[in-house]
Order: sequence, then C-alpha cells, then structure tokens
Amino acid sequence: MKVSCEALRKVEDICEQFGNAPGELISILHECQNTLGYLPEEVQAVIARKLGVPPQKVYGVVTFYSFFSMVPKGKYPVSVCLGTACYVRGSDKVLEEFKRVLGIEVGQTTPDGKFSLDCLRCVGACGLAPVATIGEKVYGRLNPSDIKKIIAEFEE
Amino acid sequence: MQILCCGGTGCKASESAKIVENFHASLEAHGIAGKVDVVVPGCFGFCEKGPIVKIIPDNTFYTSVHPSDVEEIVTSHIISGTRVDRLLYQDPVTGQHISDSKHMDFYRKQKRIALRNCGFIDPENILEYIARDGYKALAQSLQRDSLDVLSDIKASGLRGRGGAGFPTGLKWEIARKFDAEEKFVVCNADEGDPGAFMDRSIMEGDPNSVIEAMMICGYCINAHRGLIYIRAEYPLAVHRLKVAIGQAREYGLLGKNILGTGFDFDIEIRYGAGAFVCGEETALIHSMEGRRGEPTLKPPFPAEAGYFGRPTNVNNVETLANVPVILTKGPQWFASVGTEKSKGTKVFALAGKINNVGLIEVPMGTTLREIIYDIGGGVKNDKKFKAIQTGGPSGGCLTEKHLDLPIDYESLAAAGSMMGSGGMIVMDEDDCMVSVAKFFLEFTVGESCGKCTPCRIGNKRMLEILDRITDGRGTPEDLDTLENLAKTIKDTALCGLGQTSPNPVLSTLSNFREEYEEHVRDHICRAHKCKSLLTYSIDPALCKGCSACARGCPAEAIVGEVRKPFVINPEKCIRCGMCISRCKFGAINVI
Repeated sequence: MKVSCEALRKVEDICEQFGNAPGELISILHECQNTLGYLPEEVQAVIARKLGVPPQKVYGVVTFYSFFSMVPKGKYPVSVCLGTACYVRGSDKVLEEFKRVLGIEVGQTTPDGKFSLDCLRCVGACGLAPVATIGEKVYGRLNPSDIKKIIAEFEE
Repeated sequence: MQILCCGGTGCKASESAKIVENFHASLEAHGIAGKVDVVVPGCFGFCEKGPIVKIIPDNTFYTSVHPSDVEEIVTSHIISGTRVDRLLYQDPVTGQHISDSKHMDFYRKQKRIALRNCGFIDPENILEYIARDGYKALAQSLQRDSLDVLSDIKASGLRGRGGAGFPTGLKWEIARKFDAEEKFVVCNADEGDPGAFMDRSIMEGDPNSVIEAMMICGYCINAHRGLIYIRAEYPLAVHRLKVAIGQAREYGLLGKNILGTGFDFDIEIRYGAGAFVCGEETALIHSMEGRRGEPTLKPPFPAEAGYFGRPTNVNNVETLANVPVILTKGPQWFASVGTEKSKGTKVFALAGKINNVGLIEVPMGTTLREIIYDIGGGVKNDKKFKAIQTGGPSGGCLTEKHLDLPIDYESLAAAGSMMGSGGMIVMDEDDCMVSVAKFFLEFTVGESCGKCTPCRIGNKRMLEILDRITDGRGTPEDLDTLENLAKTIKDTALCGLGQTSPNPVLSTLSNFREEYEEHVRDHICRAHKCKSLLTYSIDPALCKGCSACARGCPAEAIVGEVRKPFVINPEKCIRCGMCISRCKFGAINVI
C-alpha cells in the first residue's frame, strides 16, 4: 500500500507543530498514528528527515512500543484483554475463538480489511472479565460461544 | 438532590453513559431538571455490582443499574421518595437489602485516604475538589518554609506506592539537594501491570489531588515544571487530567506567581506507548525524551541526572494522592494508620475468582483473609481458594498458609511476593499454577526491552521449559534447571523488571511444587488447564442425547443422533470445555 503525498504532507505538518524536536518523537508518532491509523516506513522516513535523526532511530522507537503499528488496523479493531483478571476467567479461550472465527493471528488484519486482532493488557473493566473491545465498544462476561454472534453483528 | 452515576471505565463499559443520558431526559420530562443534579464522579470501587447509581442526600446505593431502570428511579425515588428495593445491594448471607454503602461488608473494613474523593466529587469540576479541602495543603505549604513541609512528609512515613516502597520524603530530600538551573517533578502514571487499575481510577476520579501533590513536591525540591507520564491507553484519565490542568490554570493554581506567593509551577502531559518496562524510572525518563524505554544502571539516580540530565523526582500516582491529605490532617494522623514500617493505606485492584471484584483501599497490616473473605465476599461459585497473586508480573502467588499474614511491604517480600503496584488476583482450584507462571513469563518475555542478557535470553529459556512442561514433554530435571535459571536472572538482571521477573516462577515452584511434579512425572494437570494433558469424552451411560453440547461446540467436534449418546471427535476437539458448561447431566469426562 502506498501512502499518499497528502498524508506525507500532514506528517510534515505534525513534525513542525512539535518544533521538529527529537525529544518530541513519541508525541509526534502518536499524532501521526491518530491521523493515518498506522506508521509505515515512508512515514517514518519523513519524520526522521524532519527531525534530523537517522531513520533507524525512528524505526527503533516505533517497534519498541506495542501501541505503535506498522500495519493498518481493520475497520473494526478487535482487542482481547489478556490482563491477569481476564486470564483467570478464561480470556485465553476467548482469544482462541476470535482467532478461529476470524481466521487470523494476533497482529493481523483480515484480507477484506474489516477486522484486525490484538491483545491488550487491561481495560480496567475487571468486574466484567473476560473482556474484549471492538472499536470503542466493550464486550464483557464473554464466553467462547458468544464470539460467532458478536462478529456476525459487524458482517453486513 | 443529587444523582451520582459512576463514570469509571468499568461502569462506562456497562452503559453508564446511557444511564446518565436517560436521567437527563427523564428529569426533563418530569419538569424537575433544575432541582436535581446529575453528577458523574470517578470509580466507586464496587465494580462487580456496576453500574452504580447513588442518590444524595439519603445515600441510597443502587447496584447493577440498567438504562431501562432510570425511569423507575426517577418516578419512585426522586419524585415519590420510595426506594427501588430491587436495585439495592442484597447481603449474600442475610438476604437483606442494604441501601447505604457504609453498611456493606465490601466497604466496612476499608479506609479511604488516597481514594477519599473518588466517587464523591465531579472530577471535571475543580470547585468540588476545593470544597473538600482541595488545594488547602498547597495554600498552607506555600506559606511555610519548604523544609518544614518536607519534614512533614518524612515524618508521615509515606512510602512509594508504585512497588518498591522507597520512603517518599527521603526521595524528595535527595532531589532537593542537587542544585540545577531546572528540575522536574514527574508523575509516573504508566500503570502497566495487567489487572491493576488503581492509578487510573485516581486520575479519573480525583485528578486534582495528583496535580496539587506535584506542586507541593515542586515547592519542596525547588522545581517549577511537572510532567505526567501516562499510558495512551487511558483516554478517560488523560481527558480528566487535561480538564483539571486547564481549570487549575484558570483559577491561578497553576502557572506563574501561584496564590500571590511568587512560586511558579506548570504541568505537561507526556504519553506512554505501551511498554511495561517504562514503569522503571530510568526507562520512563528515556521514553519521555523520545527514545526507546530502556533502563540504565543507577547511579546516577534520576534525582541527580534525570530528564535531559536534570535532577528529576519520580513518584507514582497513588503516592502523590496521599500527599495533600497528609499535610492537611498532619503526619501523625497518617502515621497512626498502618504497621510499624508501612504507614497509611494501600489501594488494591481486587479481581479474578472473587465475588466482589473492585477497587479497595485498606490500612496496611490488614490480612489477606480479611481482604478475600470480608471485603471480597469469598471465592466465586463457592470454589476452593487456591492462591492470591500480588505484585503482578514482578510478584508472586501466596497460598492458604499466608492468609493471616498482615500485609505490608516487608511481610509480602518475606513471603516471596511483593507489594507491587496493587494488583490482587484471586485464583481457585481450577487454576493451574504452572500455567499461571507461564502466563506471567509470557508477559515478561514480550515486555523485556532486550538490553541485558539475563532478562532477554534467560526468561525466554524459562518460558521454553514451561512450554514443555505444560505440553506434557517436561522432565523432572527441568524443575531444577528452572530454579537455577530463575535465581541467576534475579541476581544478574539490570533493572527492576528483570530482577523480579522470575518471582512468579520461584513462588509457584516453592508453594506448588507438587503441581509441577505431577505435570512432569504423571503428565497430569489437576486443574484441567493444560490442554495437551487432557482428553475429553462423553460417558454413554449418562448422556441423554439432548445435543446441547454439539450445538454449543465451537469446533463442531461433537456428533450424534438425538436421544442417543453423542461422541467427541478427538481430532477436531479444541479442548475448550464448552461442552462441560453446556451439559446438564455431567456426562462429559476429562482426564
């Protein structure tokens, strides 16, 4: 997938908003990911040039933090909580079932671009464990048998 | 009259925003919108029974409220003055309805110091904070000599709530000693411990207490800039902090010449990006500088050379939340709570296999038994208690023999666990302790920054061994190797994350060795968790052929004709256990 020139110009603008300061790299990456949805190599190259740092430094930071992604997320990003509270209430089985139903592994996006699957560490809704989120919506007290139905809600 | 609807993340996940919306609409429809306030405070703590709605002034505490219940609350309670009994908390023993939270077992043994305002005030209105003595400690401190203020913090005995328990006053004193053009006060709000949400609840419920404490710290150590390093995964906490900072600036409580005293202080927010190691202060500082969050050897400590080489004092959110009230009520008052070496209270996120999941705050020295059985209401579904995990991935699993241990920093460490940031996960007989150790190690391996070899390679090797054991390929020698490796990593890793990463393995090995032995010797997992060690089958004598299992099987592995015994195809079976939960006749066997 190619990143449009317009998107790259936005990236330049964001760098400038932060004064092209290398110390602001993480804030810049957050802002770029909010705008573009992900941080592909082309975007990282632009950031590196604007900040006057080597591209490998930017790449090193992007890959260090789990919040940053180099692949676009699905239209409906699915995140399964693997916090300890959810784990002891069976979130591993919920994750397995999401993988099976969607046919993808953690970190991947379905070929139609609809769903992506990730794990997260704690939503803080431990009273509802096990929990998964799809977009902004939180699904609690999940049972592996619920998953097919939940995914079907999003399939037109 | 006031209606408080919990706006914590847990209750928001159960449609509390819709409840607020319905209250507004209903009050409007009944023409009483002007007479009743709808307030959205932070977490009440009793997440298990969320969403919570509280009515002031009579303190009625409604639990598990659904948006469709709103109309009845308004017509019956608000207008006619009759409580809606069916929404009240029901005591599990006596069956009686309890309307006021202070009479509930969940709240009775708690003592709220850090959480004093959570669930009481509107976190997005600074005036409500001020009305509850907010910013009084700051105003008083700025009139005093900063050294006196500092000595109050020292005298209170407050220790770091982020995990290690370093005395806060001493930390401030060290940072004060280093002279520099610029110094920084950093609030560590990178709560990365999975299953812990204490700091988030404080920031969501009482953001001003953190801001006030950072300013007091700034005054004591002679710093004028504050930074809050917060997880980007906490959008609500970020929002509330931003609102609070904006309002504090508006009221002249942040910025130049605060309260006319000539003291300047301002606060910025920095975002984390999901790296557990950034809870370690040197790693956190590198992350704020826009770099990979890798820790460095101490000394130099951040107090000497921290953010961009300047003296920096890092405190955790909960530690800071205690500061203002220590100063308004006095250090002696604070020191009167707790044990000899651990003063005050500790907030825990109580979760897992327990009846009352929620956020609790208890005096140091409370026993695990009181927490689990009195406050937590016991183990879910009347299962047998097996272990309680404290301290997250750096902590350990404690067992029945530790239940009467008064908890404080020293006692937990002596028992092979640690205070940590305050996650407390209860496990029952269905949890396999080898799998639990593996779960934490998977987390650590994923989060290891890779800088030092013991943590990067050693933990990976330990995980491989645990993989083997849970897969039925372990040998008795593996247990000794595991123990040796764990001890070596503990002794040689660079930072706190690496040094504590073997704790879950070491504590389960010492407290549950027989379970490890069963896995490697008999290839049995007594909790039926390790899939490779299990076989599912249907007992034809008990099966009524109702087909419930086959219909619920996500792998379509169960076949048969109705009213005749069904069979499980072991090739297709994914060992998820769904059939067991569906079968009403106990016909599913697991070996």
